[in-house]
Amino acid sequence: MNIKTGKQSNMLGSTRYTAFRPAKAELDRISLPAAILNSGHGTSFQSGSNAGCGTEEPCAVWVVAKGRSFIQLPVRASAGESLAFFAFSNMAAAAEAKELNDNSGAQDETDSKKNEILRARNDGMELSKEEKQRLRKEKKQQKKNKKDDKGQPDNGMGKKDKKPLTAPSAQVTTQVQQPVVTQKALSASPVSEAPAPVDRPAKSKAELRAERRARQEADRASKQAKKGESAAQPSVGKTKAPPNELQPVVKRLPEHIQADDPEVVKKLAKKLEKQQIPVRLDYGYKVSLFSHLHQYSRKAPLTQQMSIPSTVIHPSIVRLGLQYSQGIVAGSNARSIALLHAFKQVIRDYSTPPNEELSRDLVNKLKPYISFLNQCRPLSASMGNAIKFIKKEISNIPSQCKEEEAKSRLQASIDNYIEVKINLAAEAITKFAIEKISNDDVILVYGCSSLVNHILCDAFKKERKFRVVVVDSRPRLEGREALRRLVKMGIHCTYVLISAVSYILPEVSKVFLGAHALLANGYVMSRVGTSQIALVAKAYNVPVLVCCETYKFCERVQTDSFVSNELDDPDELTVTRNGRTQLKHWQSFHMLGLLNLVYDVTPPDFVDLVITELGMIPCTSVPVVLRVKNVDQ
Amino acid sequence: MELQAVVMAAGGGSRMMDLTYSIPKPLLPIGNKPLIWYPLSLLERVGFEEVIVITTKEAQKEVQKLLLTETKLKPDIVCVQEDADMGTADALRHIQQKIKTDVLVVSCDLITDAALHEVVDLFRVHNATLSMLMSKAHEFTETVPGQKGKKKAGEQRDFVGVDDSGKRLLFMANEADLDEDLVIRKSIMRRHPRMHIKTGLVDAHLYCLKRSVIDFLAENKSISSIRGELVPCLVRKQFSKFSSLQKNKEEPNQNMKKKDNHIASADDDLLELALNRSCWNDHRGDMCGAYHGGKLRCYVHIMEEGMCYRVNTLAAYIEANRLASKLFEEPAIHPSAVISERSVVGSDSIIGTYCQIAEKASVKRSTIGASTTIKEKAKITNSIIMNGVTIEEGCNIQGSVICSHATICRGADIKYCLVGNSQRVEAEGDQRLP
Repeated sequence: MNIKTGKQSNMLGSTRYTAFRPAKAELDRISLPAAILNSGHGTSFQSGSNAGCGTEEPCAVWVVAKGRSFIQLPVRASAGESLAFFAFSNMAAAAEAKELNDNSGAQDETDSKKNEILRARNDGMELSKEEKQRLRKEKKQQKKNKKDDKGQPDNGMGKKDKKPLTAPSAQVTTQVQQPVVTQKALSASPVSEAPAPVDRPAKSKAELRAERRARQEADRASKQAKKGESAAQPSVGKTKAPPNELQPVVKRLPEHIQADDPEVVKKLAKKLEKQQIPVRLDYGYKVSLFSHLHQYSRKAPLTQQMSIPSTVIHPSIVRLGLQYSQGIVAGSNARSIALLHAFKQVIRDYSTPPNEELSRDLVNKLKPYISFLNQCRPLSASMGNAIKFIKKEISNIPSQCKEEEAKSRLQASIDNYIEVKINLAAEAITKFAIEKISNDDVILVYGCSSLVNHILCDAFKKERKFRVVVVDSRPRLEGREALRRLVKMGIHCTYVLISAVSYILPEVSKVFLGAHALLANGYVMSRVGTSQIALVAKAYNVPVLVCCETYKFCERVQTDSFVSNELDDPDELTVTRNGRTQLKHWQSFHMLGLLNLVYDVTPPDFVDLVITELGMIPCTSVPVVLRVKNVDQ
Repeated sequence: MELQAVVMAAGGGSRMMDLTYSIPKPLLPIGNKPLIWYPLSLLERVGFEEVIVITTKEAQKEVQKLLLTETKLKPDIVCVQEDADMGTADALRHIQQKIKTDVLVVSCDLITDAALHEVVDLFRVHNATLSMLMSKAHEFTETVPGQKGKKKAGEQRDFVGVDDSGKRLLFMANEADLDEDLVIRKSIMRRHPRMHIKTGLVDAHLYCLKRSVIDFLAENKSISSIRGELVPCLVRKQFSKFSSLQKNKEEPNQNMKKKDNHIASADDDLLELALNRSCWNDHRGDMCGAYHGGKLRCYVHIMEEGMCYRVNTLAAYIEANRLASKLFEEPAIHPSAVISERSVVGSDSIIGTYCQIAEKASVKRSTIGASTTIKEKAKITNSIIMNGVTIEEGCNIQGSVICSHATICRGADIKYCLVGNSQRVEAEGDQRLP
């Protein structure tokens, strides 16, 4: 089953258990099961845009929110893609998805390949030219295939109605073999392991993985061969492949999205063991679509496995890790500041061992700390940037520099980073954003963004007259904190849950959103639910403004929330009321899995403006900012 | 170093004078191990490498020997005079110079299998001033020798107030300090309108304390006991007006204020900034930020299950003896003991070194100390026999505690008795509950 950018952020925790799967019959209309509608929570489906691929056919989904208003949302399904629906979190649904998978047979092979490319794309690295070309070629090929088979079964039905599940095997064969053929043509190395036996209806994950690995190996071999060639004929740096010769480039996948690969997990465990960091214990059952992500839980803190006066890890790092995992320090900005604070303490207590150089030793010392923090909670993009900055600062320290001086220099630079990149940036953003707030505005905010709160408070101090609608969602209900801060300032506020967002939107004049990170393709990564709000706002023609400091810009590319995300503690979704906890023993139900996604990504189409300290830019300018930043550094 | 461990072992054991009359409390045998071995092994198990032991001159040598032979801890033994009437807080003040970081204070009479990281994590996560361990109180089922019927231990109840999460310690009072009614200050109720007041908890006497508390002790010489004065004082101070208004911890002492500010500041501005940016709050329902802006925070971890005993009464001593064998993985019967094949020794008994158990003797649910001789046909049930005791033929001992070097002559029948050190129970004596 091909998953493009299917995005569904369920609005309330409870809807997360709701499964919705279209019937196997033709999908000329999507009918929502009455149960979903009756549950009173809004549900919507959205298939995100798929840049430059296929014609886009509009179809509609009715969204019912609170049974009050009906709106029609455009849902785009690209012709090249099979329209796939997701049943979330529900084991049964997942199982069925698997069934579908089986039906679709070897088609998933192409998908796996594509997924791989997508993954590689999301890998945090830019697409290389070669890869882009390869991708394009592949897509073309696929389109051709689709066109081919459109002739056969497409009698009267729209292609979006066509079930992708019963793809004729002939088509599958061509589809499967195409990429391989291309690859054969491209790489000199033998790829005999790569082509998959088409006769097998479904491939297990392990097989797919093995195949992927084999292909990677082949690629590596070919690369090596190329290297040899280039060595023979002296050339400048890396040989750029001629335009017509496509060189397959395989990017290494980060381990944090390969939790389902035992080998990668083993490798990680080994690395942690070497660094003397305890490994997070596995927790519970994962929803199958997200098995490649690590599951975090609050139940078994890492300190359980550590000696109490922590000797390996600096106490301030232990404290920080615990605060991260318990959610006491939450939010991109808070986490970065706390991280830098902890690093400052580490640097303060650091002394260079004899026969070592500070610039080398300190970086090595920080490494296990960072893996410890990563075990407590995945690092945020902003933290990644902060770590990069610190490492660079440390390595920039000249070797003849005295220890005390080096330490004070590092501390000063950390202070400077916080001041410039976070505090002053917030001031600058506030300045820009206040221009956008006019009197009698009704501003909708979602969750608790420290930056947006700051902006609103400042605007209020400047005597703008506006009203705020705070939208919140389970399970964390961070909006309450935002509400508290705003009300404390004296701002007139309304508080609704996300299920009522379509009800409240007609009275809203602007939407202000915070961001976890801004990705290189212009997508906004933020608290789960943000994309939903942006989508509904778009439908109501309400401008969506995202506020984000540039230190949160990230070179990663991501088009959906599946490939890379964070799985938070599933136990958070259970509700305790009057001393009774529903779903207390959810782990004992084999048919039930709980999914507590943390982030989603919002496509740039839904974002009108990004306010940064550099000014107000469109989402698409993120790569420019990144490039300029790189030059600056 | 993150935490320094301090074991308080200078107490006299005033609530079980009968036992501690001849042997210092830290060395009281429990499951044939001295009492102090239990907290020390707990500390060693969770990863401490050094420990400061505060003890009396009397016990010093023995404790030193124990530390060197039985544990890998690097000891630092500090002696205090027993008769000087020093409280635990006084002792802590006494070693002020040795304390460089936050401290973990453990009493020597704690026997527990608690997950210590829970207490320490509370301390770490919330940057707490105090975090402590409590446990549900146990009903002692065994009949206590020397007490008629089932008398309740004369200990007064504690009232412990916690917030909704069950972690934040809001209120603490002892029955002894109360007159007629329980008064809760308005400042607490204003901030924590929902408070759970619990009784039936025992304080395990295990505290994590911030370094600044030691300085506070040094300033306030009137505080002499940790449990009795320091902890309630800290708990109260969480809500004192001053601390919230001026962000100072202590009100009475001007010097103190400066000091605490000094300790609380430094890098803390940055940490505060981080917390300000964080969307977390420890409570909801009012307009205050996390922790109500208070800097002094006390936390408690209440053990729901597991064992946690404080051996400070005879009843607890007997109970602990019964359960102690679960805490260590040594054979219940020491290999050097000589046990006749025709004797009956229950699997729930512990037999110490160089014991001699003669034919037809039977030992059930009992602890037999080192170098004890049990002669033919003696019957011992439910009892604790300390070191070097001689039990002659045909004795019947039930539910009793026989202290070291006592001699029970032939045919004595002892039920629910406490036989003192080096006593001699005459032949054919029939000792029942006195």
